[in-house]
Amino acid sequence: MALSGIFLILFLLIHAGLNACIWANDGGVMFNKAAHFMGANVVPRVLEIGLFVFFLIHIIQGLVLEIQNRSKRGIGYAVKMGNRGSAWNSRAMGILGALVLIFLAVHLSDFWYPSRFGGLTNMYIDTATNQIVPAGTAGGKEYHDLYAEMQHQFTSYPWIIVLYEIGVIALFWHLVHGFQSSFRTLGLTNHKYISLIKNTGIVYSVIICLAFMLMPLSFYFGWIR
Amino acid sequence: MEHYNMNLTLKVWKQKNADTSGKFESYKVSNISSEMSFLEMFDVLNEQLVREGKEPVAFDHDCREGICGMCSMYINGRPHGPWQGTTTCQLHMRAFRDGDTIVVEPWRAKAFPVVKDLIVDRGAFDRIIQAGGYISVNTGNAQDGNNIPIPKDDADKSFAAAACIGCGACVAACKNSSALLFLSAKVSHLALLPQGDTERKQRALDMVAQMDKEGFGSCTNTGACEAVCPKEIEITNIARLNREYLSAGLATDSKSH
Repeated sequence: MALSGIFLILFLLIHAGLNACIWANDGGVMFNKAAHFMGANVVPRVLEIGLFVFFLIHIIQGLVLEIQNRSKRGIGYAVKMGNRGSAWNSRAMGILGALVLIFLAVHLSDFWYPSRFGGLTNMYIDTATNQIVPAGTAGGKEYHDLYAEMQHQFTSYPWIIVLYEIGVIALFWHLVHGFQSSFRTLGLTNHKYISLIKNTGIVYSVIICLAFMLMPLSFYFGWIR
Repeated sequence: MEHYNMNLTLKVWKQKNADTSGKFESYKVSNISSEMSFLEMFDVLNEQLVREGKEPVAFDHDCREGICGMCSMYINGRPHGPWQGTTTCQLHMRAFRDGDTIVVEPWRAKAFPVVKDLIVDRGAFDRIIQAGGYISVNTGNAQDGNNIPIPKDDADKSFAAAACIGCGACVAACKNSSALLFLSAKVSHLALLPQGDTERKQRALDMVAQMDKEGFGSCTNTGACEAVCPKEIEITNIARLNREYLSAGLATDSKSH
């Protein structure tokens, strides 16, 4: 759980970083080039396989753990302890994870599937001037227009935005506990580091999730075009 | 603090034995002094029940001074009741007010089957200790204490971990019924001292293996255990145990696991 979790935490950092290219507000030139690099270069492609493996490990292990742990109590308490000893999100990791998983399925079919298996329109960027040029222009290089797909998804369907926001909020609470918990499980905490790890986890979760939450909104409200 | 008397309603779990199902029974107790301990209040209730020809409530207790780890009541949704760092026997009735209803349940975990009413069988903890919670190397005759230099910080941490009385509140509080706070305290207090250091790897492996066998859940670092521990054992012990366990698993060449 902890190792796969830390891998996924690193992945989110790259994902958010690359996606932040949309805020260059250049019609998707920088973003589409970055997405192209991730799709064309062999290193990200190998990492992508690793990513799917780690996702599967994390999901399957999480499910098994949740089922096993839920079976250990027997008869439940009449009066629950609630938040008197632990934070609600630390007890709801399974449910939060399931919400993220539902979001992930929609998210992959929205963007990952079309970008890998076709379904995106193309756009052309002049290799010398870095400007968007019409098809057939000399010096224009062809790129998948993932940016246009984002714009289409996030301006056409408000319910998709709602779903994304809910998914990312669930991810946020999952990360706030998951970040520090993974370090605890690996035994990498002591009195000296625990507050550093906790605070880093909170700052990380806030930045990553705020970035992801602003992306659909930026398109919807036309902050970027 | 001002002394006062109170009348209370108790909702107590009654269960004949591990094989039968239990249910809550309501009792009224009156004129309970605010200076009584929680167990003394139960003594009053039981004497009242005996006088009425009814069966008294079975509960665990021994030293009644907070050091034996026998008392094990889950009071109003919290192991050992509302006070921080306090065992049930040291919880006093001034924690409650006249007219309160108090719900008392046994520890709930499959690894701690109910023996009767509020008494659970914590033999699983004994078997975890038997699996490796001791030092088996020959430490020789008693020698001058200063022969083995131990840093003060290590001695303090070891002592703090050794304060664990094995009451099982950590298991009762944990949503996964995990015994890791108990286990980590028992591994830590030995691993931090030179006498326990030599067997630390095998100890961690053996005790964790026994814990899994007993049917406790796994730790998801929620922190509920630390919050309710009457001896305030710190959750950083769990990180130490995980460290011990992971490095032991990588380093040991024993085939017994």
